[in-house]
Amino acid sequence: MADFFSNTYLGIALVLIGQVLLVVVPLLVALAFLMYADRKVWAAVQMRRGPNVVGVFGVLQSFADFLKYMVKEVVFPAGADRAVFLLAPMISLVMSLIAWAVIPFNDGWVVSNINVAILYIFAISSLEVYGVIMGGWASNSKYPFLGSLRSAAQMISYEVSIGLIIIGVIISTGSMNLTDIVHAQDGAYGLFSWYWLPHLPMLFLFFISALAETNRPPFDLPEAESELVAGYQVEYSSTPFLLFMIGELTAVVLMCALVTLMFFGGWLSPIPGLPDGILWMVLKMLFVFFMFAMVKAITPRYRYDQLMRLGWKVFLPFSLVWVVFVSFAAKFDWFWGSFARWSTGG
Amino acid sequence: MSVFAFYLFAVCAIAGGLFTVISRQPVHSVLWLILAFISSAGLFVLLGAEFVAMLLVIVYVGAVAVLFLFVVMMLDVDFAELKAEMAKYMPLALLVGVIILMQFVMAFGAWESNAAAEGLRAQPTPTDLHNTEALGAILYDQYFILFQLSGLILLTAMIGAIVLTLRHRPDIKRQDILAQIYRDPADAMELKDVKPGQGL
Repeated sequence: MADFFSNTYLGIALVLIGQVLLVVVPLLVALAFLMYADRKVWAAVQMRRGPNVVGVFGVLQSFADFLKYMVKEVVFPAGADRAVFLLAPMISLVMSLIAWAVIPFNDGWVVSNINVAILYIFAISSLEVYGVIMGGWASNSKYPFLGSLRSAAQMISYEVSIGLIIIGVIISTGSMNLTDIVHAQDGAYGLFSWYWLPHLPMLFLFFISALAETNRPPFDLPEAESELVAGYQVEYSSTPFLLFMIGELTAVVLMCALVTLMFFGGWLSPIPGLPDGILWMVLKMLFVFFMFAMVKAITPRYRYDQLMRLGWKVFLPFSLVWVVFVSFAAKFDWFWGSFARWSTGG
Repeated sequence: MSVFAFYLFAVCAIAGGLFTVISRQPVHSVLWLILAFISSAGLFVLLGAEFVAMLLVIVYVGAVAVLFLFVVMMLDVDFAELKAEMAKYMPLALLVGVIILMQFVMAFGAWESNAAAEGLRAQPTPTDLHNTEALGAILYDQYFILFQLSGLILLTAMIGAIVLTLRHRPDIKRQDILAQIYRDPADAMELKDVKPGQGL
């Protein structure tokens, strides 16, 4: 039996499909409740009730929305490029799902433990912009087009600083493997061994850049309701719109996972002595997601020129200087080696 | 399995390149080009060059092709007219193409690879190093100066491009960010404590 699963093509394929389902199905179910949680947090901050009709306290709201989207008619705008119009939401969803292939949920619980995992995620998240651009262009309409142009500029700008922040973490770890990055944060001081302490400024920069990269408020300019109606999504209805929504939220949760793995020690327990495990990973991701939801509720939208200024004139120089600083700190073992985990042995 | 993957990526890369050329709609051309890039990245992965594959996707697909798409989407050019114009130059283009093809055949026909290179092909990276580490060792130890020089050249090109396109226009309205940041909250807004369920 073990021979069948490790040596025949069919066996390997079955194992792979099983692993993929094991990641994707819980993820999608969790997304439904996260979408509900997002709306509830938003409502609570604004002193509204939020969704409260479907199911107990409205917990089944997302499933009701899902059904509604599924049974509606798909509307194609006149003059739309049909193939690209349908391809855009699919790309948006697929790109945000395939990045999960390299995310470790626990020690060894990862579909594909590759050496360039963090580069892979960076590459995939830079591809996510295509869903938005293609959707905006294919709609053959003014607002979607403006929205997609904005998002192209925005996502490219913030990718630069995200890349530099990631380089800082890579220098500290000496590896691009996400499992290695988590292991490097394993130390005697529990949560004070994690990277959030030495890389504290970068934690904030990464969080803000992640907001911009995933088009979340206060940087949701591609879909700014007050200016562009709904940006690149204006012409979308029914299932394609649902795919865009799920893709966007999956990207947000992916960023939560990335913040958790890079700065909050992944599945490591915060208190020395308590067992490590997937529970910590989930709790930390939920905490970061809560921060995402809070930011959405309490910040007003940025103006476009402010967004560009922040990305290029504040984040980029600062993260560049930080990379130089981390390099020196790692090379000369400043701060008791907290910037060079490879030299102190974990 | 990897043979299957190779043919999948190879066919996708060639189809992508082909449709980039023959596609009527320029935006479609760029999308096909992206397919070609991603398929070549897949081929790099099959060769064991995972770092190069990821760089290809990040640099070419994530940045260059986005800007490409950005520009092409904004273009308002009648490509049918351009294509008609192009037909006039077809004989000349064909001639140049045939000459280049012959040069390639002459150059690669007599190709003989070094015996040492054959050994390298069997094992591209040292056994005790990852692909990325091996690349880093070569770039930063062996070819350090050349690597830094190429970076300097790129920096010069970047500064040149900025200098060429930067022009100061005094007649447009500008945002004074500093004044906006230093605005005092006290004279811009008023805080009210609102009890839940009451309103102002």
